[in-house]
Amino acid sequence: MSDIAINKPVAMAGPRGKRPRPLFSPRNIMIYGTLFVAAAYYLLPLYVMVVTSLKGMPEIRLGNIFSPPMEITFEPWVKAWATACTGLNCDGLSRGFWNSVRITIPSVVVSIAIASVNGYALANWRFKGSELFFSILVVGAFIPYQVMIYPIVIVLREMGIYGTLTGLIIVHTIFGMPILTLLFRNYFASLPEELFKAARIDGAGFWAIYFQIMLPMALPIFVVAMILQVTGIWNDFLFGVVFTRPEYYPMTVQLNNIVNSVQGVKEYNVNMAATILTGAVPLIVYFVSGRLFVRGIAAGAVKG
Amino acid sequence: MKLRLLAAALAATVVLPFGVANATDLEVTHWWTSGGEAAAVAELAKAFDATGNHWVDGAIAGSGGTARPIMISRITGGDPMGATQFNHGRQAEELVQAGLMRDLTDVATKEHWKDIIKPSSLLDSCTIDGKIYCAPVNIHSWQWLWLSNAAFEKAGVAVPKNWDEFVAASPALEKAGIVPLAVGGQPWQAAGAFDVLMVAIAGKDTFYKVFKDKDEDVAAGPEIAKVFKAADDARRMSKGTNVQDWNQATNMVITGKAGGQIMGDWAQGEFALAGQTAGKDYTCLPGLGVNEIISTGGDAFYFPLLKDEEKSKAQEVLASTLLAPATQVAFNLKKGSLPVRGDVDLTAANDCMKKGLDILAKGNVIEGTDQLLSADSQKQKEDLFSEFFANASMTPEDAQKRFVDIIASAD
Amino acid sequence: MTGQAKAGRPNQLLRNLNAKIASIPMILTAVVIFFGGTLWTVLYSFTNSKLLPRLKFVGFDQYERLWAAPRWVISIENLAIYGFFSLIFSLVIGFVLAALMDQKIRFENTFRTIFLYPFALSFIVTGLVWQWILNPEFGVQSVVRSLGWTSFVFDPLYTPSIVIYGILIAALWQGTGLVMCLMLAGLRGIDEDIWKASRVDGIPTWKTYLLIIIPMMRPVFITTLVIIASGIVKVYDLVVAQTSGGPGIASEVPAKYVYDYMFQAQNLGQGFAASTMMLVTVAIIIVPWAYLEFGGGRKRV
Repeated sequence: MSDIAINKPVAMAGPRGKRPRPLFSPRNIMIYGTLFVAAAYYLLPLYVMVVTSLKGMPEIRLGNIFSPPMEITFEPWVKAWATACTGLNCDGLSRGFWNSVRITIPSVVVSIAIASVNGYALANWRFKGSELFFSILVVGAFIPYQVMIYPIVIVLREMGIYGTLTGLIIVHTIFGMPILTLLFRNYFASLPEELFKAARIDGAGFWAIYFQIMLPMALPIFVVAMILQVTGIWNDFLFGVVFTRPEYYPMTVQLNNIVNSVQGVKEYNVNMAATILTGAVPLIVYFVSGRLFVRGIAAGAVKG
Repeated sequence: MKLRLLAAALAATVVLPFGVANATDLEVTHWWTSGGEAAAVAELAKAFDATGNHWVDGAIAGSGGTARPIMISRITGGDPMGATQFNHGRQAEELVQAGLMRDLTDVATKEHWKDIIKPSSLLDSCTIDGKIYCAPVNIHSWQWLWLSNAAFEKAGVAVPKNWDEFVAASPALEKAGIVPLAVGGQPWQAAGAFDVLMVAIAGKDTFYKVFKDKDEDVAAGPEIAKVFKAADDARRMSKGTNVQDWNQATNMVITGKAGGQIMGDWAQGEFALAGQTAGKDYTCLPGLGVNEIISTGGDAFYFPLLKDEEKSKAQEVLASTLLAPATQVAFNLKKGSLPVRGDVDLTAANDCMKKGLDILAKGNVIEGTDQLLSADSQKQKEDLFSEFFANASMTPEDAQKRFVDIIASAD
Repeated sequence: MTGQAKAGRPNQLLRNLNAKIASIPMILTAVVIFFGGTLWTVLYSFTNSKLLPRLKFVGFDQYERLWAAPRWVISIENLAIYGFFSLIFSLVIGFVLAALMDQKIRFENTFRTIFLYPFALSFIVTGLVWQWILNPEFGVQSVVRSLGWTSFVFDPLYTPSIVIYGILIAALWQGTGLVMCLMLAGLRGIDEDIWKASRVDGIPTWKTYLLIIIPMMRPVFITTLVIIASGIVKVYDLVVAQTSGGPGIASEVPAKYVYDYMFQAQNLGQGFAASTMMLVTVAIIIVPWAYLEFGGGRKRV
């Protein structure tokens, strides 16, 4: 069964459209012009963040947020990472960094594992009612998180895992499930059906097909799911703080504390440095795996 | 001098009735994270650690709106902290009724809280069905007008002595490019400013009739109409503030960009931080210089019911530490608030604080709206006044009508 | 075992058992959390629960009060405006950028990274940065003024009538990159032959996009729509970080009303009533569509 060739490529990488033309044709000027203007809009805030984080407070007060720093200082970065205070704990963002890692890794792994199996079952092994449950799940994507706090507190309390890391991982799994399941379902549905049929004829069962055929082919969509989840969970503040106890508080809690505790004048430079530091992990994930992201999305979202 | 006072007071703490138990970690959640606030909390932690226990700090910035769901979830979820800050008043009533909070009556009786806590209304707000459930730690009053002496000098007018003079001086301030009255964008600031105007202009009796008796007719009457007229003036004078946080608004007064601000006594922490002196750099007018009455809201600590016996013991130690004279002095000096007990010596207090203590001693106090109204009614009021202050097309009459509705349905 | 166990036609409980076991987490989530939680919320919206949920029924009181509250009405209006423009602009900007990226351009990776990176940042961060850029005292307005155009006014965050557009600018910055990626993926999935055929027939490019390509991208649009729309309904953090609902109550949104009344006002009943209204609206739009889209009739593609 494993010798079935995959004829239809899942994701067709490489641009479409017409052949390239001379660099300075009116068409190219229009295309690149638009892209550069758009790029400026997207880059402006990052530029402001970086520039501001390198200025001292007196310079910020004087001025123009777009001007480059006259005197570069890394003090705001040091302060944001190591000495900014949260109540009595003056150790900056560093305190929450490892907690964020401890929360993010298991939550991402568990939520993706479960959603991928769900999506696979929905795409290839429909049973009575499966689509109804899936519809409920998709509607669930529209429920504001805040509303669910109380019901979930009750459920976790009854299960006896309120305030534990396990509880938080379950919560992240639950709220990641709608979109992830949708993506995985679409992805598996887009794989050639012959593949599945042939495996069935060979007598392979649910799990055998999942592990031996589907999983090896699903790398792109796993990358997409990973990126979405890493971003979502790393940036989460509400769940991290409501469903755990202080020894597990993620980095965003310190970010919130730094940004929201105004001490006389807002220290914009420290805020910006803290912001960049907190966003660094998802940003790195994006920069490293951006190419796979598009390819994966192509596969997960295109076919429905 | 401050040090000596502290040392003396600390010596008093050592003879705590509970002795030194084994070192127990007690987690305390609160939302005091600004500079002055954190310094004040540090005093509490230091005093508690001195009893041989350990204060585990659980600070959440962003005021009660962010912190409260966390506290409530943890308490109802069965993983409570050792102690938690709440504005005392009516916010924790239900947690108490659900049997989730700890009864402190024993500690209170042993330590004679009834005799030492002044004004007694503070303890009353902690009392439910005759039992005491919280330890008040400070008194904050709202009724202050903070004025920038530099701003008035620049505008060429004398520093006003009351609200009317202030309103009269506002055109001159505007002409000099100064925002007469700084009001930050957070909703509670607008609502608080209105309450202050009400006490100053309509007086204590009307204030109580509206907020305590929830008398709709009074709320719809001419006295309150006058207050709305004043709020209209305040709205006009606050145009161009463009900041969100209260201390950014205070900062405008400090730098002379704004003429004044109606804000609670916690603002003086900011003036102190900026190195300004009361009387010389800024002027404070309690009761807006009209009616020298201050409200006595404040903060309190509540103690969830814990199963762990050692922690329960530590809770008792913390409760009594919070009210110990030494802690009271150290904490309140940093916080800019007034101590809850009348028998401590506050020689280190500045002029404005002394004015407050004076008024307190004279008994010219009222209960704060946090104690009189439910959080729900308070929120509705905030919605109304933040809209009123931001929307110049809303007439005072319309606003009063909506105010009457809120009072009518208040509980 | 051949063929007949194929998904879609199970008629016994035991058939397809593994799939059912594997779906247990999904079923539990759908039924217990989303469905159960929703029922729970609806139930308690008819009570006068304050700080803690309590079953003291008061009929439709909470709903009457909700619709009489100016803040709620403004929240709904804002959500409608924000939702409408956010949907349109996200799709248009996302599609146009994707179409441009699809023209065999150079530096495609660089451009894609630039468009996508804001999505890695949280709404709190987004709100904070844009609050600053749009701040009249040091942001765009003051910079343009310092260049000599002294009467220049660009102050969305402190002008009640347009504040929601200030939030929109930030939201589009954060979210359009993802839409672009989805669209680009969709375009890459279109068979080259279609383009060849349309070129042979002499159909102009824009017409090919509009009449042939876009209809073919239906599934992408659906996935995108679910992602954008669920984000719109839930918009909360961004508003809090950028304006806290101000000036006044000019930029309030429903999710914030729910949260504020649940936890600041400690009126759970009111918060639940508001969230029920949100859920009902969503359900009316989504459920029939979701069922048609994902539901019974259609076979595996």
